[in-house]
Amino acid sequence: MELVTEILISFFLVVAGVFGLVGSLGMVKLKDTMQRLHAPTKATTVGVGGVLVASMLYFLLVKGTFSFHELLITLFLFLTAPISANFIAKTFIQGHLRAENLPASEGEYGWSIYDDPPTVDETTEENA
Amino acid sequence: MLKRIFPHPLLSLTLVVVWLALVNKVTPGNFVLAVLLGIAIPFLTAPYWPGRPIIKRPLRVIEYVFIVLWDIIVANFQVAAIILFRRNQNIRSQWVTVPLDLTSPEAITVLAGTITMTPGTVSAMLSADSSAILVHCLHTDDPEGVRDDIKKRYEWRLKEIFQ
Repeated sequence: MELVTEILISFFLVVAGVFGLVGSLGMVKLKDTMQRLHAPTKATTVGVGGVLVASMLYFLLVKGTFSFHELLITLFLFLTAPISANFIAKTFIQGHLRAENLPASEGEYGWSIYDDPPTVDETTEENA
Repeated sequence: MLKRIFPHPLLSLTLVVVWLALVNKVTPGNFVLAVLLGIAIPFLTAPYWPGRPIIKRPLRVIEYVFIVLWDIIVANFQVAAIILFRRNQNIRSQWVTVPLDLTSPEAITVLAGTITMTPGTVSAMLSADSSAILVHCLHTDDPEGVRDDIKKRYEWRLKEIFQ
């Protein structure tokens, strides 16, 4: 039983390590900023997730206690990763791209960096 | 009156659960502190979050979470394969415009986060009237397919949950 537990935990640790490595490799290999953004938002999610699963299994099977902290780390990671990626993407677009480089928004208004939002009274109506 | 004290009941509940999980031990003292935080934080931040999101079908949320988790795992393998086995000149990245049917800000936020976490896509920007979302694809030969996938797999489900 102990052997199975150890194999299981080390499996998750190894998988996590491989994905962490691939994610970092992507940062080096890919050429432009928008492409590089894909590496940390994805390949590392399983990287961190694997370590957390391993940690949970360790506390559950070896120490015999259940720890909520890993679940919380996962939750916070899933909340923060997309937002920081979005910040980086927006900053990149603001600094390096023009409206002509992007596809049209197919609506009445353009993309939010180049175009002003609809007039204020519409939004205040919603909030009232 | 009750609405002024508890502007966001769901947020209050989440805060209580998260606080107890952070302390990792349920004792009466911790519980009282958690409830105090659960009342104080939504009350103090209420001016910045005037509307209250409506979740029509809470059970669908569970289904959605599992679909997204599964997609995240699949996405990781796909992105890893692209990074490892594709030469840089063969990676065709492109921008995709996804028109939105969702209107609630909370639903759009969840959709944008989901797009960023799943197969080879990062959400970059909303249009000024939030009727479309700009998505960057790491590698695709079929931008329309990506757009339809996002609309069918995620947006449709979010629409059922929020609207």
